[in-house]
Amino acid sequence: MAKQVPDTRNVGKDAMTPEGTVNRAALPAIFNPEDLNALEMALEMKDRLGEATVHVLTMGPQRAADIIREAMFRGADGGYLLSGREFAGSDTLATSYALSCALRKINPDIIVAGRQAIDGDTAQVGPQVAQKLDMPQVTYAEELVDIKEGEVTIKRRLERGSEVVVAPLPAVITVNSSAKECRPRNAKRVMKFKYALATSELQAADAKAQEFIEARPYLHIVEYAAADVNPDAEQLGLAGSPTKVKKIENVVFQAKEAKRLTAEDKDIEALMQELIASHTIG
Amino acid sequence: MANFYTDNKDLQYHLSHPMMKRIIELKERNFADAADYDYAPQDAEDALDSYKRVLEIVGDVCGEVIAANAESVDHEGPRVVNDHVEYASGTVRNLEALNAAGLGGMTLPRKYNGLNMPVTCFAMANEMVARADAGFENIWGLQDCAETINEFATEDIKERFLPRVSAGETCAMDLTEPDAGSDLGAVMLKATWDEEAGVWRLNGCKRFITNGDGDISLVLARTEEGTKDARGLSMLIYDKRDGGVKVRRIENKLGIKGSPTCELVFNNAPAVLVGDRKMGLIKYVMSLMNAARLGIAAQSTGLSEAAYREALKYAGEREQFGKAIIEFAAVREMLKNMEAKTIASRALLYETARFVDIYKQLTHISHDRSLEAEERQEMKFYNRLADGFTPLAKMFASEYANEVAYDSIQIHGGSGYMKDYACERLYRDARIMNIYEGTTQLQVVAAINHVTKGTYLEQIMRYEENERTEATKAMGEQLVELRKVYEQVVARVESIDKEAAGYKEFHSRRLVEIAGYIIISHIMLRQAAECEADYLNPTKVFVKYAAKKISEAASYINASDASDVELFA
Repeated sequence: MAKQVPDTRNVGKDAMTPEGTVNRAALPAIFNPEDLNALEMALEMKDRLGEATVHVLTMGPQRAADIIREAMFRGADGGYLLSGREFAGSDTLATSYALSCALRKINPDIIVAGRQAIDGDTAQVGPQVAQKLDMPQVTYAEELVDIKEGEVTIKRRLERGSEVVVAPLPAVITVNSSAKECRPRNAKRVMKFKYALATSELQAADAKAQEFIEARPYLHIVEYAAADVNPDAEQLGLAGSPTKVKKIENVVFQAKEAKRLTAEDKDIEALMQELIASHTIG
Repeated sequence: MANFYTDNKDLQYHLSHPMMKRIIELKERNFADAADYDYAPQDAEDALDSYKRVLEIVGDVCGEVIAANAESVDHEGPRVVNDHVEYASGTVRNLEALNAAGLGGMTLPRKYNGLNMPVTCFAMANEMVARADAGFENIWGLQDCAETINEFATEDIKERFLPRVSAGETCAMDLTEPDAGSDLGAVMLKATWDEEAGVWRLNGCKRFITNGDGDISLVLARTEEGTKDARGLSMLIYDKRDGGVKVRRIENKLGIKGSPTCELVFNNAPAVLVGDRKMGLIKYVMSLMNAARLGIAAQSTGLSEAAYREALKYAGEREQFGKAIIEFAAVREMLKNMEAKTIASRALLYETARFVDIYKQLTHISHDRSLEAEERQEMKFYNRLADGFTPLAKMFASEYANEVAYDSIQIHGGSGYMKDYACERLYRDARIMNIYEGTTQLQVVAAINHVTKGTYLEQIMRYEENERTEATKAMGEQLVELRKVYEQVVARVESIDKEAAGYKEFHSRRLVEIAGYIIISHIMLRQAAECEADYLNPTKVFVKYAAKKISEAASYINASDASDVELFA
């Protein structure tokens, strides 16, 4: 699972609209960074298993097909674009519901996703998908230790160290940015897959392009509309999203006062207690 | 998110050059590969789009991986462990990234799993890699050796080695020996035929071998016992998998420290012959060296780009007397000249690469079918230009790399002399570029024939026919005047040379440089006419600089007479 996100890492002053929503036009759309770590882990699974295939599922507007192509350039075999008006306005609950409907249809042996997307930073979609599909989940994955028939072994990065867990398959794995970086685009794959199109893009293309892709099924990115994945309409999009945004505030960090501390234990102790009391830490 | 292709408009300009159309036509031969390979282009537009996308990948790996590793590779360097080279850890990561991106065998045909891209695009890739880390470019750029195998070896040798290059194995060319540097005819490494094993056996030493422990090595060796000159030398391939070569030591160098420069000991190492015996130096090394010289021109251009950018950035950030130092005229002038020299190097480099592409591709075609009269003409025409332009490109780009790196430190002031900034590494790396693959003095020896035989003058006259715009007209006229100066000094030198042997040799560098300045100015002028916004300013800067250099050289020649041969004897 992957998401196309606005590049919030290079935010300029026009990144937000006056209404307080993300100004998507001002920010380039990119492959969510941790989803690239996830793609690398999935490709590594394929490398080790030999016979496996890797497909990318994304929900978004037509242009989200860009990240499926990007994944194909880097090693994925193909992808699924879940797209349609019904999905607009989804919060994490509605998103994970829609994705889980698509995944029931695709029926993969293992699902790998980034820990969280940089536009929302919730880290909820992966775990919610696991819950809805009744699969075990491994979060904060940092390294693929082993994969074999029926089980996967993963090293997790935790706050105070790491742990190695074994999960039965199928399972959902969400991957940290501390995991291996994704491999680059591959020259031959780029030349091979550069004309890949999702169904709606294909319909809009000229006859020559349509004929070209028809002769090469590997260039066809599967596109699902809402109706294709048999959802309960009540749980989709805005209707299925209980999250309501009340207000968006710009948080500006300002140094109000400076406090000078010595390296003595009592000063450090006092600072610790102050920070715990103000719930800054702890 | 640095990308060394997308951030460089000048490179992109050269990819869209009108001659690329003919190059693609020759390279793709009616796009016949499209039926057999899913990554082959359907038409010219498709091919150019693929080139662009592949160069974007190279730019990405260079900007994100190789540039980031350059400093640690410079400090760590390679080591000899158990008679073999162990690369610096950053070098290993660079190779892994480039191989994951599938960038081996860039110019090789698809039947050997290559990308079938033109030499021009390979030079662009080399330029970007060198901008990221010039020393690493040596290791990666040596995949060029495969071109020589592709051109001259038998089919079974090609099938054995070329797919391995495409898969990312590295190459070396083992030419130099302790007593055979610039004078390769003195090579003594012995090759003897082993009847029983059916292979050649190599015995002896090689020195100063870049990436000497590479997977596949082209070795110049003496197959004809008792001979002492170039006619006894042949070209062989040594496969590291077979064993028999030990790395005795790695040189401790001033720069390009990540590139292992090896001393090798051959002990009955098995090898296979490339092409015909006795043609090693006369034919194959010449071809290899021409490609390698183009490679150094690309490496030098990449280094100039890096050094210019470092200086530009620093000059914008560093404040003195209450303002950024870029605000001072003396600093700005240096930066403008550095920029112009970088663009000039690139202009000459890719003009040369395009000439090479056309004649090389026609040569390949001529191996499969006989060429039409017109094609033969075309091949001869571009072959001559490529031969004339290659030493010019190597010489100018490598001298400019040194000048630009020198000025880059100057702009950094005292800080530039410290190890804290990249400019000091660039300065050290640049220093070898006008030395190896033939010193500048040897490029002059190769180029002077084209002064005498008129290759340069003819091409200058062709450039004079180019269309001018309002803004480039005056410079075009100035270049006609400078051409007349060139003709005058050539005539003077040739006439005095008749009485005083050695007189032309004495002035050869000056003559070659004058020709070079006019040629580069013309190429840049054409760019300025096509794209004023990007090129008019640097072209004006360069033509001013060229005119100064030409007048300097011409007044030296005009004030010199036959007695100078004695004076400098």
